[in-house]
Amino acid sequence: MGFPHKSHPRETPVLSEHFGNAEALTLDGWKKRGGYVALEKALGMPEVDIVNVIKESGLRGRGGAGFPTGMKWSFMKPGDGKPHYLCCNADESEPGTFKDREIMRWTPHALIEGCAIGAYAIGAETAYIYIRGEFTEPLRVMDAAVREAYKAGILGANAMGTGKRVDVHIHKGAGAYICGEETAMMNSLEGRRGNPRIKPPFPAVAGLFGKPTTINNVETLAAVPHILTRGAAWYKAFCLSNPKSTGTKLFSVCGNVAKPGNYEVVLGFPFKDFLYDLCGGPPRGRTFKAVIPGGSSVPIQTMEEAEATLMDYEGFVAQGSMLGSGGVIVYDDSQCMVRHIARLCRFYAHESCAQCTQCREGTAWVTRIVERIEAGGGAMKDLDLLLELSEQMTGKTICVLSDSCAAPIVSGIAKFRAEFEAHITGKRCPLRSGSSSTVAA
Amino acid sequence: MADVKTVQLTIEGRQVTVAEGTSILEAAKTAGILIPHYCYHPGLPVAGVCRMCLVEVEKAPKLAPACVTSVAPGQIVHVYSEKALEARKSVLEFLLINHPLDCPICDQAGECELQDYTFVEGRAEGRLGPEPKRFNPVEDFGGDVLYVTNRCILCTRCVRFMDDVAHDSVLNVSERGDRAVIGKAAGHDLTHAWAGNVIDLCPVGALLSKDNLNKVRAWELDRTPTVCPNCTQGCNAIAETRDNVLVRLRPRSNADVNQFFMCDYGRLNYRWMNRQDRVEAPLVRQGDRFGAADWDVATAAAAAAIRGKKVVALVSPNLSNEAMWMIARLVEKTGGRGVFRVETGPEAPLPGVPNLALRADRAANVRAAELFGFQRTDAPLAGLGGGEVLVIADDDLEGIDPLALASVGAVVVVGTVLPATARQAMVVLPTANMSEEEGTFTNVAGRVQRFLQAKQAPGMARPTWWALADLLTALGDPANYFLASEVFAALAKARPEFAGMTYDSLGMRGAVIAGATQPAGVAK
Repeated sequence: MGFPHKSHPRETPVLSEHFGNAEALTLDGWKKRGGYVALEKALGMPEVDIVNVIKESGLRGRGGAGFPTGMKWSFMKPGDGKPHYLCCNADESEPGTFKDREIMRWTPHALIEGCAIGAYAIGAETAYIYIRGEFTEPLRVMDAAVREAYKAGILGANAMGTGKRVDVHIHKGAGAYICGEETAMMNSLEGRRGNPRIKPPFPAVAGLFGKPTTINNVETLAAVPHILTRGAAWYKAFCLSNPKSTGTKLFSVCGNVAKPGNYEVVLGFPFKDFLYDLCGGPPRGRTFKAVIPGGSSVPIQTMEEAEATLMDYEGFVAQGSMLGSGGVIVYDDSQCMVRHIARLCRFYAHESCAQCTQCREGTAWVTRIVERIEAGGGAMKDLDLLLELSEQMTGKTICVLSDSCAAPIVSGIAKFRAEFEAHITGKRCPLRSGSSSTVAA
Repeated sequence: MADVKTVQLTIEGRQVTVAEGTSILEAAKTAGILIPHYCYHPGLPVAGVCRMCLVEVEKAPKLAPACVTSVAPGQIVHVYSEKALEARKSVLEFLLINHPLDCPICDQAGECELQDYTFVEGRAEGRLGPEPKRFNPVEDFGGDVLYVTNRCILCTRCVRFMDDVAHDSVLNVSERGDRAVIGKAAGHDLTHAWAGNVIDLCPVGALLSKDNLNKVRAWELDRTPTVCPNCTQGCNAIAETRDNVLVRLRPRSNADVNQFFMCDYGRLNYRWMNRQDRVEAPLVRQGDRFGAADWDVATAAAAAAIRGKKVVALVSPNLSNEAMWMIARLVEKTGGRGVFRVETGPEAPLPGVPNLALRADRAANVRAAELFGFQRTDAPLAGLGGGEVLVIADDDLEGIDPLALASVGAVVVVGTVLPATARQAMVVLPTANMSEEEGTFTNVAGRVQRFLQAKQAPGMARPTWWALADLLTALGDPANYFLASEVFAALAKARPEFAGMTYDSLGMRGAVIAGATQPAGVAK
């Protein structure tokens, strides 16, 4: 079942099977659909066996980096005498991404079950779900589902009657993009300012409260019960291209497209078909110009690149971008790329945690330069300056926020240089009538 | 220490062997290379945020921040490679785009790390376009601290000091992005007894001392290693003078005493050393008035006043070991006794550093006074009788009943000033205060520490040990010393606690007297 649109026949709804079905929200409804079978099974297995099943399935992190989930879990050593923690990153703040929101809105128990299995597999008794503060509806739904699960004895000191302790806590974020960075999220959970931490030590060594911690994305954890129930081989079979990219993936589509929304496809699906067939192509009378395929932090793709892409971790890299979070932002020929890049930069400048110099000063400086170019006040040397600053903002800071700000600038100038130059030589935005104007706040 | 594993690596072509876990930045110091940095400070937890200390490590994919990267065996580090220089030049450019460049009116100018590193590694030209610089008003942080927001580079040293060393979380980073500033908790001020250290820690002119505001230019100052005389802790300090006036006391690092810090009471309590109402010439009583005399005449007069009597010495606990020992000899020779008074106040520890506090006794050399047999008392004149002569050695006589003093028959003053209540003295021998002489103090933990002469003594004033040595000689106990070091050498020979010590062996870090019972400062 799709939401808000009907599932397209070429979609493969696993996570999104029950989107839009209010009955699946409740514990009973979820159990009727096979819920909590996987948890019961998992609690009877040795931890290492669960990790091996996930390893075997090929599941990779759906938050953006694509790190193999089973391997991440295997870094945790149950029984080392320390408390372990599982953190579920539900601080979905990447511009253009809204898949985790739908998972929490419609299948809260899938996430709770995934958290419980994950926590048990890494030797943790406590899982925290860090939910973006603006997600008022998912928060309400998740909160109700966790209460239901406790009441039914699924969670708590005697989870599902097995004598094992699994606690799931919901923590509400307070509106900072940077708290979606895993170490900043741990600081935020500890009640500190959400500043990313220097790695090493990595979270698996010293994470939340200084204890071994694993952080997984909502979509990653929601896939775990399905894998445990139906087996690693079943999941691994979802693969259309590179064998290192298995399973289904939710893509959030927004921008200038006929049918925006969430789509779940098997990894390796042709991006061209995805855009024109599933998403219905560009709005009537328009043509596509560019795509940001994996949330605002990944490089922009031209349509030539996008149409040649197979939608998996390797496929997007091969065509000059990244899979990222799966937030697809589509631009048609009416859109000014300079204006959109300025808008993205402004976002990063606003959200920089202010620790690293390059990020704190750099994001704000490049924003002002790109905005000036967009408004018609740029000079050709500004483009070189932007590229130099972007180079210095990449790979030199604690986290990658600064890199994310540089990515659209670098790819934008590389792929849409003519548009930048037209703004500079024409001293105004060529796509807009009237005199130059600045980007709306 | 035998168990510490060492790591060998190469920094800028130099072989370096350091303990495992050492940062590249600290390892480079051992090779004589200072990697530019702002947020890193050896006395604070590592933050790794300024990104100034980026260096190139061979085979590493990215530049490494030297302050948070531990050494690894066989590592080859390039501090001045093109990539590393380019990155640091860029950090400087980012720091400067919003920096006001008001160096001509900035107190930090001349001792500013932003100036220094920009001079060494910065870009020759600015590339900021027509965009305006950000502006924030100056804020009074309370205590002695002023926050000039526009100059701040957000290194967070001040925040970390207040959080992790002072344990008084008054400061924070407020806001995000380039709007971020150092914030102060509502309703709180930087009134912690040690808060002034944030001024020294600030690498730029963002945190300034109100006491020192617009007073001097850094390059006009003469700097002298000294010891803070304002309590028994004996924090190592730098005395900064301009035109023979002491204008600032700042901490000098000593891991065994004060690490990198100094309390506000100590650093701000220096004006007494600049007093203008000093005795500038030896004075000898002539009837009902004083006449200026040369030292030989005055010393002879003092000897005459003392001869045949027992000396009761009222000494200041701020006298040096050398002076204290001379007086002790005078007391011993005449069969007299010595007493001293100490000003006290509340003790104020710095929680993040063990055994470091503003001590209750607000004088430098209480330990030595006790060691040399002086009795601590609140009633120094009690029991004073005939056949005794009161030698007042720089006690200010504050709070002493003038009538009681007037009834004392014979008084000799050896001091920096002549208290109004001691005008019946027979002889006044003018002396230098601690900033005007060389000497040693013994701190609360028994650590003997040298201080050097920071400025000239006024007029004919001499170090106290000198005035007393001549007096001793005149009384038939030859004490012919020409240098403070000679007095100390003789003291080390005479007193077992100081056995084996010389100025050379003390160095500028000091050494602990034999049999010191209290733990000696901070563990290494």
